[in-house]
Amino acid sequence: MHKDSKIREPLIYGVKSYKQISDDICRPVEGKATKSWYIAITFTSIVALWGLGLLIYTIGTGIGVWGLNTTVGWAWDITNFVWWIGIGHAGTLISAVLLLFRQRWRMGINRSAEAMTIFAVMMAGTYILAHMGRTWLAYWVLPLPNQFGSLWQNFNSALMWDVFAISTYLTVSIVFWYLGLIPDFATIRDRAIKPMMKKIYGLLSFGWSGDIKSWIRMEEVSLVLAGLATPLVFSVHSIVSTDFATSILPGWHTTIFPPYFVAGAVFSGFAMVQTLVLIARKLYKLEGYITIKHVEYMNIVIIITGSMVGIAYLTELFTAWYSGVEYEQYAFLNRATGPYWWAYWIMMTCNVISPQIFWFKKLRTSLIVSFIMALFVNIGMWFERFVLIVTSLHRDYLPSSWEMFHPTFVDIGFFVGTLGIFFTLYLLFARFFPVVALNETKSILKTTGADFKE
Amino acid sequence: METFTISDRAKKTTYALIAIGLLALIAGIATGVSGQRIWANVLINGFFFFGIALAAIFMMSMQYAAEAAWGTVLKRVFEGVSAFVPVGAGVIFLVLLVGSFHGHHLYHWMDPNLYDPNSEHYDEVIAGKHGYLNLPFFWARAILFLGFYTIIQRTFRKRSLEEDAGAGLDYHKKNITTAAIFLVFFGFLSPVAIWDWIMSIDTHWYSTLFGWYTFAGMWISGITFTTLLILYLKRKGHLAQVNENHLHDMGKWMFAISCLWSYMWFFQFMLIWYANIPEEVTYYQARLADYKFLFFAIFAINFIFPFFLLMDREAKRNTGLLVFVGILVFIGHWLDLYLMVTPGTLKSEGILNWFEIGLALGFFGLFLFVVFNALSKAPLVVKNHPYLEESIHLNQ
Repeated sequence: MHKDSKIREPLIYGVKSYKQISDDICRPVEGKATKSWYIAITFTSIVALWGLGLLIYTIGTGIGVWGLNTTVGWAWDITNFVWWIGIGHAGTLISAVLLLFRQRWRMGINRSAEAMTIFAVMMAGTYILAHMGRTWLAYWVLPLPNQFGSLWQNFNSALMWDVFAISTYLTVSIVFWYLGLIPDFATIRDRAIKPMMKKIYGLLSFGWSGDIKSWIRMEEVSLVLAGLATPLVFSVHSIVSTDFATSILPGWHTTIFPPYFVAGAVFSGFAMVQTLVLIARKLYKLEGYITIKHVEYMNIVIIITGSMVGIAYLTELFTAWYSGVEYEQYAFLNRATGPYWWAYWIMMTCNVISPQIFWFKKLRTSLIVSFIMALFVNIGMWFERFVLIVTSLHRDYLPSSWEMFHPTFVDIGFFVGTLGIFFTLYLLFARFFPVVALNETKSILKTTGADFKE
Repeated sequence: METFTISDRAKKTTYALIAIGLLALIAGIATGVSGQRIWANVLINGFFFFGIALAAIFMMSMQYAAEAAWGTVLKRVFEGVSAFVPVGAGVIFLVLLVGSFHGHHLYHWMDPNLYDPNSEHYDEVIAGKHGYLNLPFFWARAILFLGFYTIIQRTFRKRSLEEDAGAGLDYHKKNITTAAIFLVFFGFLSPVAIWDWIMSIDTHWYSTLFGWYTFAGMWISGITFTTLLILYLKRKGHLAQVNENHLHDMGKWMFAISCLWSYMWFFQFMLIWYANIPEEVTYYQARLADYKFLFFAIFAINFIFPFFLLMDREAKRNTGLLVFVGILVFIGHWLDLYLMVTPGTLKSEGILNWFEIGLALGFFGLFLFVVFNALSKAPLVVKNHPYLEESIHLNQ
């Protein structure tokens, strides 16, 4: 029998019973959508449509509509791709790693986080498809048999490894997410009054009966998937980092990239989860399930991963000097003091300096500070990728090839559009799916519920 | 109250190991083993066991910071392992001191001629690093690291014994603060210490991942040794509250950090091999030219065995398998450190025979002596720790 230590804070507040938990979490799905939900989704859909329009424009016209030039041949597309894929990391991290570590605070946030992963990876994929130029030939990245023509795949290329890593990650994430949803769909099905709703959720729940055997199997499969997903979290972002690090470009070629990218991804992903759950918590009155303690734990992860990223920045900076290689030294000096100095210092401020305020308990348990910091981190992590990609490229070996990158309205609009698509998908998810893992939350009620603790 | 007394056999074994080490040292000097080789081995062993002791503090601190309960019944064992920190610090201090007075030439950059433009030994690249690699700054850093780690180790130990005597949450809260301070400083300082003491041996070479890679090696060595020690104590009838669930957790750490180490080994190697930049690739060329077998054997031992043998749930709860994999990994990471130090200090002349083995056994004996001594000084399970009950009732 588990004995929760007396000094542990409760993870579920209020007088709750199993029924009460079902009522609280199913309410947004069963009831009518609120006015604020309609306002929000109208707004995000318009932005999403704008983004889709620009995507079609890009594909129809060609990527010349972006601000790329011969020197800076990769800019917003890859920045946004890495940004989104990084955000797509915390979902599986929270869900899988926290499951393996037996962390009970996982239950409050894992569902939102997993959904975020899937939507964010989809957004990242959009950039990959768009930046190919001839999007309709995207299937050429797959290892197809030679009957399709000559063999196009280059297995020596890190971009090729990306295709495998990301598609595996997306598949496992979707299965993992859906597996957790099955019992919750069944609960909604069993409570449903309208026949249509009963039918739909009945189909979605795959005829879940809730008997003990089903539960045992589900938990076993969850553990296996968590065990698979954890190395995948590492693999995906490590391989994204090798897109850069296998090159010989100063500023890109550095061995710390794989673990540092992973830390950065977890950092930005947690910030995005923080943003999403703080909104969901407020909108759906889930204060009893997503407590201040949950927020505090996430802030602690943010400060740890932020500091790890900070150590990596300083290590890179130091090693560039220590290496004695003139090009390396210049690349880093130029980052901090060159024409893109402002991007570098936004990155440093948002990612390394500002999260340090979380050393104060008062600040890391304040919702408004947490929300603002989460936005800061996401801005900072966007600039990290921008700095990394654009500043390394814009100074070519030949000074005559030096160029600056200027985004066009398509670059900017498409990025804003992906934010619109992402939030539209999240709002739909939050309307039709339970945003908190409702059955799993029940499993921790008697050990961590405030009402059950003496 | 459960106390550990060192059995006669254990006592004799540690003395015998120390004697073997001393004999090897004397025989080595008598048979003309070079000073360079002797000091390289002192560094390897000093750093290896110092790293294990530091990893024990790291594990303790992490558990405080993460509010983890499972390891509370094992806390005294971690504390015992950490007791080697002051001794290990002394060994490192000695190596650096002798090097600074040119008693050995492990650190090529300590040669003042390299910085003199008029000298025939002038080295432009190393001269460029002089702002960092110079004796005063180097020593300031070394004293900071060694002193800081020793103070933290003492503080944890003292407070742990006090907590046994007095109830209340004060000690626990103070420990959380100390843990956070340690983690922050260790996070920042450990890569720097690794650059100073290990990476600067190959003075021209650099790799940004090297600090984290070596740290992962220290971490896994610490976890592995602690697991073996727990199993030994259990065999002797101690730690009755530690059951297979706790072993399972230790096994998970062994598995996970072995994977982490392998991950860093692979990426550091792969990225340097792939880019094939002359400044960087020399490091691996030296190892592949003269130490090829050892180079790949280290990866095989430290990755394949823990990965395949400890993946299964039951394996992590199985004493026999944990001991088997533990011993392999323990030796494997000693070899890893050997291969970090040897090619830079002895070039292609590095040997691995009775002298290396004898000296390593001697240091192991000294290490065991210090650890056993610390274990016998206090009860084997802490009291008044707020997570103790939760830890005893751990199940999974």
